Amino acid sequence: MAKELMKGNEALAEAAIRAGCRFYSGYPITPQTEILEYLSWRMDEVGGTFVQTESELAGVNMLLGAAAAGARALSSSAGPGFSLKQEGISYLVAADLPAVIIDVMRIGTGLGDIAQGQGDYWQLTRGGGHGDYHTIVIAPASVQENCDLMQTAFTLAEKYRHPVLVASDAAIGQMVEGVELPPMHEHDVDTYDWAVRGCAAGAEPRKVQNTYYTRPDYVEYLRDKYAQMEEQEQRWEAYRAEDADVVLVAYGISSRISKEAVDLARERGFRLGLIRPITLWPFPTKAFAACENAKAFLTVEINILGQMADDVRLAVQHRCPVDFYGVFFDLPEPEDIIAKAEALLGKEGK
Amino acid sequence: MKLKAPESVFSSASFCPGCGHGLAGRLIGEVAEELGIEHKLVTVVDVACCSFHIDYWKFDTIMAAHGRDIPTAVGVKHVRPDSAVMAYMGDGAAYAIGMAETIHAALRNDNICVFVINNSVFGMTGGQMAPTSLPGERTATSPKGKDPARYGTMSGLELVKQMDVAYVARGELIGSSGMVRAKTLIRKAFTHQLNGDGFSLVELLSPCPTNLNLPPVKAKAFVHDEMTKYFPLGEFVDKGGNV
Repeated sequence: MAKELMKGNEALAEAAIRAGCRFYSGYPITPQTEILEYLSWRMDEVGGTFVQTESELAGVNMLLGAAAAGARALSSSAGPGFSLKQEGISYLVAADLPAVIIDVMRIGTGLGDIAQGQGDYWQLTRGGGHGDYHTIVIAPASVQENCDLMQTAFTLAEKYRHPVLVASDAAIGQMVEGVELPPMHEHDVDTYDWAVRGCAAGAEPRKVQNTYYTRPDYVEYLRDKYAQMEEQEQRWEAYRAEDADVVLVAYGISSRISKEAVDLARERGFRLGLIRPITLWPFPTKAFAACENAKAFLTVEINILGQMADDVRLAVQHRCPVDFYGVFFDLPEPEDIIAKAEALLGKEGK
Repeated sequence: MKLKAPESVFSSASFCPGCGHGLAGRLIGEVAEELGIEHKLVTVVDVACCSFHIDYWKFDTIMAAHGRDIPTAVGVKHVRPDSAVMAYMGDGAAYAIGMAETIHAALRNDNICVFVINNSVFGMTGGQMAPTSLPGERTATSPKGKDPARYGTMSGLELVKQMDVAYVARGELIGSSGMVRAKTLIRKAFTHQLNGDGFSLVELLSPCPTNLNLPPVKAKAFVHDEMTKYFPLGEFVDKGGNV
């Protein structure tokens, strides 16, 4: 199939359409607005629904209604808008509803700014809303992966009846790359019996509500569900990691710069490697078993506090040092990454 | 004449004595059966007292987040345009936390029915002041009476009726004539949806004896005599009709 040039955000939107998504509700906010703009005309072409809502709150709750009615449904946001989505995400989890929500991460707390960021890691992986829950979080690192992982996102959402979050960022959202688009998939809204449609004569009415009210095995059910996700859904890419002395851990746009740092360091005889989490939750702890030679791990993140470092510490069980290289507003620099990795190894070597 | 309970409302409700919710639920069930839509009706109920209906009626039902019933119902309607879809909530949901959702669904003229049970207080949480509490009304958060200099009194219906929607009306769940009238309003709202006319909002004034701290008979009198001064009954928009 011929490749075509697409912008990252538009690729997410088109890939959602091709995954059978026929409902979108959302609100403009930079740097994800191209998703709305694209779907405002594209949904018409495929007979789907696009609604620009009055707020992210309305958007995510409209998404919940569409999901409950059986559609493959999508919403997207960024930064402050993604915070507003948390109410609905918590309710989607509570009611066992599949849906996909994209966070095209921008930088900073509060309003922050519109440049690329990776500061929503905690919010994405810890359950950003109230209550105790996780969502599967998928982090594409290229425009092609934006296409490929949207299908995965909808598949996993339905497999677990659970919202799936796609964590992109402003850099990948705004960049243009060649992509091979997936084939068109149609989704039947009657696929699942739980979807509301009207209660047939003599049938039990469908109730979409917190499963706490309806499941006697609520606690066990949820523990099993999350345990199954952790066991089955860890995804990652290991790049020259097996024999590496220092292993970088980075996702999204940071992982691409980290790859460059790995190659550059290896040219100089410094064995650097990379683990790129593709699922941020469940965190790919299994990836770390293969890094037998590693003497230290360094996360590369676009945030101030090194949000992913604790997950790496847990994954390696504190067997060796874990530090982070964080930049704010800027992009990580390969030379700076290598310098920090060398310093970390030096400290460890003595 | 023998009265028959609607089959779609099947459980004995545990609402407080004198509450209007049970009456509203029954009227909706009767109308659904009379219009023959009981097997294609999807209801979206708000949390708290409204949510009890999920166990009382035989309709596919979503319990939405507080004040988000309307967008939730709109999402269902887009995916299931052949279903009849209604959102059912209190005045706090519709006119306080969910005011934006109410106004914008009306602006879009979304083809759903919205039923608002207006009892002038937040019920489930224990009778706190609402935008619909009357001036001077004593509530759990206005123990000296609602101060009109600080908190105005308004029903969101007043805004919705200015928009290009299908149907806007207000009734009261009081007395036999009030019940007959309320049922007519509910039926007209559903009929407009079935005709594809767009957004309907029917507000039903409803007694909440528990939180008004009144016996049921006096709570009914409060609704009929006092609330109607601020929330006049009537039909305000009826697309293609005679309003």
